[in-house]
Amino acid sequence: MAIRAPEKEPTPPPSLRAQRPRPNFETWSWFFMRISGLVLLFLALIHFTLTHIMHDVVKTNYNFVAHRWHNLGWRIFDWSLLALALAHGLNGLRLIVDDYVRRPGRRAATKATLYMLTGVLFAYGTMVIFTFPRA
Amino acid sequence: MAVVDVELKIKRYNPEQDKKPHWETYEVRVEDTDRVVDALHEVKWHHDGTLSFRRSCVHGVCGSDAMVINGSNALACVLLVKDVGTNITVEPIRGLRVIKDLVVDMEPFFDQYKSVLPYLINSTDPGYEERRQSPEDRERFDDTTKCILCAACTTSCPIYWGNESYVGPAAIVNAHRFIFDSRDEAAGDRLDILNQRSGVWRCRTAFSCTEACPRDIKITQAIQEVKRAILYNRI
Repeated sequence: MAIRAPEKEPTPPPSLRAQRPRPNFETWSWFFMRISGLVLLFLALIHFTLTHIMHDVVKTNYNFVAHRWHNLGWRIFDWSLLALALAHGLNGLRLIVDDYVRRPGRRAATKATLYMLTGVLFAYGTMVIFTFPRA
Repeated sequence: MAVVDVELKIKRYNPEQDKKPHWETYEVRVEDTDRVVDALHEVKWHHDGTLSFRRSCVHGVCGSDAMVINGSNALACVLLVKDVGTNITVEPIRGLRVIKDLVVDMEPFFDQYKSVLPYLINSTDPGYEERRQSPEDRERFDDTTKCILCAACTTSCPIYWGNESYVGPAAIVNAHRFIFDSRDEAAGDRLDILNQRSGVWRCRTAFSCTEACPRDIKITQAIQEVKRAILYNRI
């Protein structure tokens, strides 16, 4: 009896390779860490150069801050540094808590404390930056 | 080739007798070109028959005898005594439950491996033909075909030690092997699995896996390629 090759299907089903995985919170969280890390590097270096190298940090006083924040651009710069550093740090800690705090109750409590603390720091920092009286 | 006296310090644990693991030291005489597994055999066959460890082919192919040797994950059948010195410490691989001595429970590791669909999925019937592939397409995933599932990478990962829900480097390597295979049709499914909280985003690029791999697979690079495939929909 001759062995006959089975006929090929006339229309093969569409390839599953084309299916795109739907980006979710974890995808964007990872992407955010990459981008914010890169931006923070420059923001932090500029901040450090201006306030610690070009200016004697011992002489940092009200007048120095008032002079700097006279310019809205520097307020936005400092606020960006604050917001990105807090968000980057918070997200990093969230991942570490997910990894190392195993008990669900303790994990929820740790995260709640973390989110609240970050929220307070962000609100307080934002308030200081944008309500500081213009010199 | 020279005969050397080796001080072998082994982390022992017998769940029927011990509350926690303890160290035991053995003096064995081996040749410096012998492998660490030969020194372990020397202990088991001539000093203490109760020592338990896994090994099968003893030639670096089956991946049974991954253990922590002098602090680093390695295959005991690949590492030579002359390369590790005459004071050798041996521990079971970390992050998996120790059953006895150097034998760990590999079930969670294999469950994670199975979770990424590590087999060819293709709904078309090639008939009485091979599924042909160009050398370039084969090259795309060549590195990750080398995995022997010894678990040296996964159990060297600091994230895996802390979080047993992470699929681990070995599972991602084996997913990579099929995701980038032009003959496979389920890349989307695998990327969806690895896009979850327990998937590739757990990786913090520590490179411990790449350092530990006895087959020199560029594991961190493979993980990054999977991340990129998810982010940019680029296979």
